Amino acid sequence: MIAWFGSIGRRTLDVLAAVGRSAFILLRSLFGVPRWSGVRLWITQMHVVGVLSLPIILVSALFIGMVLALQGYMILVDYGADAALGQLVALALLRELGPVVAALLFAGRAGSAITAEIGLMKATEQLSSMEMIGVDPLKRVLSPRLWAGLVSLPLLSIIFAVVAIYGGYIVGVEWLGVFSGSYWGNMQSSVQFGHDVVNGIIKSVVFGLVVTWIAVFQGYDLVPTSEGISRATTRTVVYGSLAVLGLDFVLTALMFGGA
Amino acid sequence: MKRTRGLEVGVGLFVVVAFLGLVFLGLKVSGLVPTSGGSTYTVTADFGDIGGLKPNSRVTMSGVTVGRVVNIDLDPKWLDGRVTMEISDTLKDKLSSDSTAAILTSGLLGEQYVGLTTGADTEMIKDGGTIRNTQQAMGLESLIQQFVSGMGGQDDSESGQ
Repeated sequence: MIAWFGSIGRRTLDVLAAVGRSAFILLRSLFGVPRWSGVRLWITQMHVVGVLSLPIILVSALFIGMVLALQGYMILVDYGADAALGQLVALALLRELGPVVAALLFAGRAGSAITAEIGLMKATEQLSSMEMIGVDPLKRVLSPRLWAGLVSLPLLSIIFAVVAIYGGYIVGVEWLGVFSGSYWGNMQSSVQFGHDVVNGIIKSVVFGLVVTWIAVFQGYDLVPTSEGISRATTRTVVYGSLAVLGLDFVLTALMFGGA
Repeated sequence: MKRTRGLEVGVGLFVVVAFLGLVFLGLKVSGLVPTSGGSTYTVTADFGDIGGLKPNSRVTMSGVTVGRVVNIDLDPKWLDGRVTMEISDTLKDKLSSDSTAAILTSGLLGEQYVGLTTGADTEMIKDGGTIRNTQQAMGLESLIQQFVSGMGGQDDSESGQ
């Protein structure tokens, strides 16, 4: 019985310690003194994290936009409201699907890669070697990745939304024959830039920070064995996706919930 | 060095494409018109019932959008809904003082908007002026209520016979 309480207590302490370490890592690497060499590292990471995620983002955006238009059309046409298709597609994408799906794909594509890379660095003792020669791995390795994730996910979400709206246009207007003027017109009269677009971007900034934070922390904090790397990579994707979905509900309630 | 140059070009393209996407979202998707800022003037109108009108709803004339609703509040004296509208400067000094403003609905369940119709008076509405002739929102409930009460009356008279 006492051992049982002890195990609960130990786990709680472990979780709290991990939260504390991760917050420490986040603050140290986000607000380290910026240097010019850091910009070069950041650009490299923007390429790895952002540009190389483009293919999966583009392809899934196109298909999500197309399937959204197809499903939406089949229901709306029953009510003779197929003119509202543009509104449906644009609002769903800008408010929810764009930031969330881009963040989920990002957690799978870029987050896991970050964790595995940092984890392998730790397992092969590259991080300790850096410390030995007086280079702070938080600034050299973690900080550029965090900033790259924070900046590139909003950009990816914007591209996602644009491509998906175009995919909806292809299916809705070109294939199913919704009038092109009402597709764009209904969209324009219902989407408010300050409300929908900006809130979507704020969401994806939050998601970008959280997903890369989890990825970086899992990589930095893992048990340096091959099994540890594989478990940390899995945890990055699982925790990252759950955090995105949970935070999405909270953010939506804050942004759109109160009328 | 060659490789970093390629990286930089790739990242630069990525950022530029994303910002072009943002411009697309602004202009084509949310319909922000860059010139809609300056050249407008303000007109108010008091309605007995504003229905589902919201700020940013359209103001139209003959079906063409000529402005938007800026603000809606309650007139403290007459307890009417006071709607403040921004109207394009092209209509300045062309709306006569006996113009009518009506709250209309696009389609059966669509959004509500303000429709303006001009009158015959030679005096024009100035900036900050008020449209006196208004037609309040036609709620679906009140229509049904009228219809049902009309039916109810008939039923009563029939049962009395």
